[in-house]
Amino acid sequence: MFGYILRRLAVAIPTLLLLIIFSFLLMHAAPGGPFTGERSLPPQVLANLEAKYGLDDPLLVQLWNYLKSVVLHFDFGPSFVYPDLTVNKLIADGFPITMTYGFLAFALAAVVGIALGSAAAIRHNTWLDYLAVGTAIGAQVLPNFVMAPILVLIFTLWFKWLPGGGWSFSDPSFWVMPVVALGTSYMASVARITRSSMLEVLSSNHIRTARAKGMPESRVILRHALKPALLPVISYLGPVFVSMITGSVVIDIYFSTGGIGRAFVDSALNRDYAVMMGVTILVGALTILFNLIVDILYAWIDPKIRY
Amino acid sequence: MTKFLATTALALALAMPVHAAQVAEGDTLADNQELNFWILDAIKSMDPHKNTDKSGSYVLSQVFEGLMNEDAKGAMVPGAAESYEVSEDGLTYTFKLRDAKWSNGDPVTANDFVYGWQRAVNPATASEYAWFMELMNIVNATAVVKGEMAPDQLGVKALDDKTFEVKLSAPTPYFIKTLSHTTTFPVNQKVVEEFGDNWTQPGNLVGNGAYKLDSHDLGVNLVVSKNDQYWDAANTIITKVDFITVNDQNVALTRYLAGELDWYNRLPAGQYPRLKQEYPDQASTSPQACSYAYIFNLSDKGPEALKDIRVREALALAVDRDIIVDKILQGGQTPAYYWTHWAIEGFEAPEIAMASMTQPERLEKAKALLAEAGYGPDNPLKLTIQYNTSDDHKKLAVAVQQFWKGLGVDATLNNVEWKVHTDRLQNQDFEVARYAWCGDYNEASTFLDWFRTDGYNSGKWSNAEFDKLLADAKTSDNPAELYKQAEQILAAELPYVPVYHYANAQIVNSDLRGVPYENVMDNWYAKDMYRVAQ
Repeated sequence: MFGYILRRLAVAIPTLLLLIIFSFLLMHAAPGGPFTGERSLPPQVLANLEAKYGLDDPLLVQLWNYLKSVVLHFDFGPSFVYPDLTVNKLIADGFPITMTYGFLAFALAAVVGIALGSAAAIRHNTWLDYLAVGTAIGAQVLPNFVMAPILVLIFTLWFKWLPGGGWSFSDPSFWVMPVVALGTSYMASVARITRSSMLEVLSSNHIRTARAKGMPESRVILRHALKPALLPVISYLGPVFVSMITGSVVIDIYFSTGGIGRAFVDSALNRDYAVMMGVTILVGALTILFNLIVDILYAWIDPKIRY
Repeated sequence: MTKFLATTALALALAMPVHAAQVAEGDTLADNQELNFWILDAIKSMDPHKNTDKSGSYVLSQVFEGLMNEDAKGAMVPGAAESYEVSEDGLTYTFKLRDAKWSNGDPVTANDFVYGWQRAVNPATASEYAWFMELMNIVNATAVVKGEMAPDQLGVKALDDKTFEVKLSAPTPYFIKTLSHTTTFPVNQKVVEEFGDNWTQPGNLVGNGAYKLDSHDLGVNLVVSKNDQYWDAANTIITKVDFITVNDQNVALTRYLAGELDWYNRLPAGQYPRLKQEYPDQASTSPQACSYAYIFNLSDKGPEALKDIRVREALALAVDRDIIVDKILQGGQTPAYYWTHWAIEGFEAPEIAMASMTQPERLEKAKALLAEAGYGPDNPLKLTIQYNTSDDHKKLAVAVQQFWKGLGVDATLNNVEWKVHTDRLQNQDFEVARYAWCGDYNEASTFLDWFRTDGYNSGKWSNAEFDKLLADAKTSDNPAELYKQAEQILAAELPYVPVYHYANAQIVNSDLRGVPYENVMDNWYAKDMYRVAQ
């Protein structure tokens, strides 16, 4: 197992490197640059800007310099569009925010989703099942870009209970709407996956055996059914976790959270090369890490899997 | 400039009242004097020499103060300078600075302006607005930006602590009007050098404006509060301005209605009539110095058909501007038949034949012109209209496509993202492109210079007579007449389709006073405002 983890980590490094090289080249191949705008800059001003950010070097030299500064100094460079900020600071400021609401939304999706799905499976074809399935479908068909403005309308304009946007680490009232808007549709997916997986497990041989031996139903569910039923849920939640904690552009736009989800899309549209690279590397590294964690969890849950 | 004019300018400057929040008789001040202002996007930079957008200018105009400010109608009023003199040849401006302090207590001196202006053109700063100093015709600005001369060769000098002198390379009638632009703001040398790239962070930043920077959470909000060191702090009533970023316009409107925002400008197309009906004392619309157009590519890379004036005129005639402003935009915009915004100070609108025709007349003429040029059912004209991604641009492009269809022109729409759009404009890689221009200062040359042979002029139209009129306007006693003639040339040659002149439809809390609705440059100063008890 330990050897397996080491091997996976060793593969992660060239993977990340390839990711960096490909994104770098693709991004520079896109038309326009960070300083193209409706006013074309006089050539000398553009030359000064490009000299300042090293954009006048040949592309491969730029790539080499970039890799050097990332690997040797962990320095992701200055933002071209936010000249007051470095990419490191942008991520350091924005990532804790997205991580906070993303993690809470993930917890909401996982806990409520699993509970709802299990309840539906256990009380199969009862009102509880219909209610859970109905809720799940309702949550699924309401995308977050529809839900977000509706939440603001209800809780900010009508009831005046919650602030309509912004962020504060010390005041949870700012967290509620981003968490609900982000978590709901994932919760619905988790509930559906849990329900069908649980139904399958409950009709399997080892559960019948456990019941035949007179084991109390609660113990059958918790000890013997839940763990195997969660396998497909975990493989779904692994990548979802990464995409949730790295934020959502929809949440950032509607709730002005200041998270990095928006930076991802903005930097691509603005050709803010350094920010785009920084966020890509962050998401890439986290994706690799959490895929590994999911694989380890798998081995722990499913005795059939050995590495 | 004659001596008489020079003295008049000085006298005018001296006679101008100090512009502060002047509470009207009968108004009772509210207890709450805080203002929440909506901005669409995160503030990109708090460095006045690196700012590139309008929301940045809104914030910087509170935290810094240039030599001049604008009053509620957009006229220039003394800011950090209390008066100025112009030499007879119009090439030397001498500003007398008032006694003022930076927010850290340092005195504001002429050296701060010298340092700031040199910094703006210094290649090491790499300011995207370095060209603004070139536009102002400051001696050696171009050479310094190019790196051919040291920044200290720029034509600015501190004669003493309170006297700042600027030398121009050519008489520049609009020079004074450029002085409220953020690029001309002073910065505190000590602070900039001490903190380097971090000098704009809250806690480090020192300004000379009526407000000081309290906090800045990128993409969330930026808060400024009253600066007690400001020279007119005694007359400053608004205590705090919170610039709140809301990226979605509809959510911003909901939050305005929920009372979280006091001021929402630039309502999206089509929203204004409903809001005006529901909130007549809050919704308003006023002219804003920008013009919207479709640019024809007349360069070698452009389509052959557009090189025929008759084709261009036919296309311009067919656009029903009344439908665009009354049915699509609905926010107080006005149909455009010339380039300069009609509300620009001193601009006299030219008589344009097309403007006085009815739409059926225009259409009839357009059809005749197009047939004359050899286009018709057997040989239909095919064009591509390029626009950048936006609901409003799309609505207009679809409308124009339909108008042209009425002429038998087969127009294809090409929606591209902003960076691709501007990249193609700069490389003449388009046929017809959507474009808008906003004035940098309140004078017609800021619009007309665009079409000069060496101007931005994405379509590469060129006309020697037009160029000469604009060059002459710089030294003319009556530039308005020359601008009018230049517009006539544009109207005859039609290198573009003028579509509409902007208006700023906005919704403002009814207790806020001193909002400069009549300032077409859309600049405002919170120090001139106050809230009344209701």
